[in-house]
Amino acid sequence: MADQADTTPQSGDNRPALALHVPEPRSRPGDPVNFADVVVGKAGDQPRPDESTKPEEMKDLAYDLVRVLGDDNKAHGPWDPKLDPDTLRTMLGHMAMVRAFDERMFRGQRQGKTSFYMKCTGEEATSVAASMALASDDMVFPSYRQQGILIARGYPLIEMINQIYSNKGDKLLGRQLPIMYSSREHSFFSISGNLATQTPQAVGWAMASAIKGDSRIAATWVGEGSTAEGDFHSACTFATVYNAPVILNVINNQWAISSFSGFAGGERTTFAARALGYGIAGLRVDGNDALACFAAQQWAANRARANQGPSLIEYFTYRAEGHSTSDDPSGYRSAQEREEWPLGDPVMRLKNHLIEIGEWDEERQEAMDLKCAEEVKATTKEAEKNGILGHGMHHPFHTMFEDVFEELPWHLKEQAEQATRERITKFGSERPYE
Amino acid sequence: MSTETKSDASAEAIEDRRINMIEAINEALDIMLGRDENVVVMGEDVGYFGGVFRCTAGLQEKHGKTRVFDTPINECGIIGAAVGMGAYGLRPVPEIQFADYIYPGLDQLISEAARLRYRSATEYIAPMTVRSPFGGGIFGGQTHSQSPESLFTHVAGLKTVIPATPYDAKGLLISCIEDNDPVIFFEPKRIYNGPFTGFYDKPVEPWKKHKDSVVPEGYYKIPLGKARHVTEGEQLTIVAYGTMVHVAEAVAKAKGVEADILDLRTLVPLDIEAIEASVKKTGRCLIVHEATRTSGFGAELSALVTERCFYHLEAPVERVTGFDTPYPHSLEWAYFPGPVRIGEAIDSILKD
Repeated sequence: MADQADTTPQSGDNRPALALHVPEPRSRPGDPVNFADVVVGKAGDQPRPDESTKPEEMKDLAYDLVRVLGDDNKAHGPWDPKLDPDTLRTMLGHMAMVRAFDERMFRGQRQGKTSFYMKCTGEEATSVAASMALASDDMVFPSYRQQGILIARGYPLIEMINQIYSNKGDKLLGRQLPIMYSSREHSFFSISGNLATQTPQAVGWAMASAIKGDSRIAATWVGEGSTAEGDFHSACTFATVYNAPVILNVINNQWAISSFSGFAGGERTTFAARALGYGIAGLRVDGNDALACFAAQQWAANRARANQGPSLIEYFTYRAEGHSTSDDPSGYRSAQEREEWPLGDPVMRLKNHLIEIGEWDEERQEAMDLKCAEEVKATTKEAEKNGILGHGMHHPFHTMFEDVFEELPWHLKEQAEQATRERITKFGSERPYE
Repeated sequence: MSTETKSDASAEAIEDRRINMIEAINEALDIMLGRDENVVVMGEDVGYFGGVFRCTAGLQEKHGKTRVFDTPINECGIIGAAVGMGAYGLRPVPEIQFADYIYPGLDQLISEAARLRYRSATEYIAPMTVRSPFGGGIFGGQTHSQSPESLFTHVAGLKTVIPATPYDAKGLLISCIEDNDPVIFFEPKRIYNGPFTGFYDKPVEPWKKHKDSVVPEGYYKIPLGKARHVTEGEQLTIVAYGTMVHVAEAVAKAKGVEADILDLRTLVPLDIEAIEASVKKTGRCLIVHEATRTSGFGAELSALVTERCFYHLEAPVERVTGFDTPYPHSLEWAYFPGPVRIGEAIDSILKD
C-alpha cells in the first residue's frame, strides 16, 4: 500500500484530495542506515551567551548542537566547563558504574531475579554529567532512565538493587515496578511511570522554592517522545508564566519504544525549539558529550539560580539498547543504527579525552571497569540475602494496605482482615516465610 | 485570632455570625493562610479578582501575591504544580473553577497525588485540598453542572468531602487543608447562597434564615469521616450529601414523613457506622444524589447497606439520582432529582 493518497479530484470537485502524512523513521530492520540528515557541527563552534540572555536573542542555540569534545578528543570553545582532572575522572567513574550496573541488572532480569529493568546505555552523560552540574540538594524529578543521577549523588547501590528485587530490604516496600526509585535524602523525586507527569511537578516544586525565597532549584528529565504529553506543555506554560527556577531536560534518544522521534514532532523542528514559543531559553546539546551536558546544565542552573528563569535543554543522543527488558528493538529498527550513530559513545569519548590530556590510560580504564563490575557483583550478592522477586522474601503483606492514606480507614481495615484470612487459608499461617 | 470554637458564645453574638457558604469558605481559607505559612491558594481567577464565585475575595490583598495567585487555564498544570509544591513542603489549596473542568487534571490526581504516599513509602506526600464548585440547578448546562464525585471515590488514596452548610463548609475545609492526604472538596454551588430545597418555583431562603449558617468566628474543625444527623426519624433513613440534603429534608417535611436524614459530609472515608445504625433502626433506606445513576456513589452506598443491613431491611434500598444523560440546559428541572422523584421513592419505600 502506497503511503500517498490518491490525489485525483473527485468528480465535480476541482480541489485536490488531501493526503495524511504518517512519519517513517530513517531505517527499519535490515535497511542500510544513513545519518546524513543529522547535522553535527564542529566542537567549540557554538557561542555561549551570558546566562541572563533573553530567549529570543539566543534562539539559534535551539537548532544548533552545543559540543565541546571534538574528534581530536580535546575540549573546545566557550562551552568547555574547564573541569579539573579529578572531577573528570569522577564523572567517568560514575558513567562506568552506571554501565556496569545496567549490565548486571539486565542479566539479573534475564535470570529471573526480577520482572523488569531499563538500561540507559549511550545516555549516561545526560544524567551523570548533567546532575553533577547541580547542587546536591537541588531537587530532581527524573523519568525512568536517570539511574545515573542516583549513582552520581552517591545513592547506595544496594538500595537500588533491593528496589529492583522488590525484596524485604526495598525501602519502597515492594510497591513500585523495578527502577522506579525514590530518595528524599538525595533530593530525588519518586518516579511515576506515567509519562511526563513529573514535569509540571518539578515546576511546582521550583515555584514553591521561589515562594519561600529558597536558593534551591528543580530539574526534570523527560524523553522526547513524552514531550507530546499535555503535562509537558503544562510544565512549559507554568515555568514561563512564573519564571520558575527549573530546568526542563529533554532526552532525545530518537526512540520511544518503537516510535521514532517523528511521532513527537521531531521531523519538523528540534525539541529545544519547543522552548521558543514559550519564551523559555532553549539549548540543543550533544548528549553523548559529557562536557557539553555538564556545561549546558550548569548554564541553566546559573540562570535559574539568578532568577533569570527556566531553560529547556534537548540532549541529542541515542538509545543504544531496547526500551526495557520487555522490548526487542530488532523488531522495528536497524541494528546498524547503534554502530553508525554519528555522536559516538559517551563513555568512550570522555575516556579518550582524559587520555588525550594525559590524565588517564587504558590500564586504569580496564582496572576501573573491573572494579565497577566487581562492586556491582558483590553488592548484588549482598542484596540477594534480602531476597529476589517472587521468592517470598518481600515485606510483610499487610504493608499492602498501609500508606494509601496517612491513617488506615475502616474499609481498608476490613480488606486487610480479609487478606489475613486468605493468607491463613492458603498457607496455614499469616507469615509463612518467617 | 481566635483558635477556639465559640461554643459558649451568647445568642446575640451568634445572631451576628450568620454567613453564607461562600463567606464560610473564604473564612476558612483566610484563617488557614494566616495560621500556616505553607498554605497557598491558587487557581483560575482566584487572585486579584477573588474567584468567579468570590470564594477567594480579598485573600490576595491580605496575604500577598505569592500566597494567593492566578494560574494559567490548565488544570493538569494546576494539580501537577500542586503535587510538586506538596513535595516541597507546602500545603496547596488549588481551585478548579468548575468540577466539570477537572478532567484535564485527572492523571495528576489519580496517578500522582493519590499514589504518592504509597509509591514512595511515605517519603513524599501530596497534602493538597482541591476545591471545586459542583452540581447543577443554576442553568449551567452540561459543562457547569456535573457531579463527578464517584470518579474520585473510586480512587484509592483520595478523600472526597462535600459540605452542605456554611458551618460545615468552614470546619470541614479547615480539616481538609490540615489533612496530609489529597482531598477533593466539592462545593455544592446551588447552595452557596441559600439552602435550595428543590422547589425551584418557590423563592430560595437565604442562609441567614437557616440555623446552620451560624458560623463561629475563627478556627474550628469538623472531623472527616463523620456524618451529620440532619433530622431524627423512625420511618426511613435518607442518605444524602450536598444540595440534596436540603431537598430531601424539604420533601420529607412536605410529606409529613419522619425521616432519619444523614448528611454524609465525607464520602471517603465514609461514616459507615452512622449509616448502619440508622438503617438498622428504620429498616428502610433511600439514597439521594444529583449525579448520574449508573456507577454513581449511590450504587456503593446501596451495596454497603444491603451487605450490612440486609436482615434489617423492610423494603429494597432505593436510589434517587440524576438521569444518565448530560445535564440539559433547558430541561434542567426535568433532570434534577427534585421533590417529585424523591416523593415517589419515599412512597415506594414506605408502601408495605
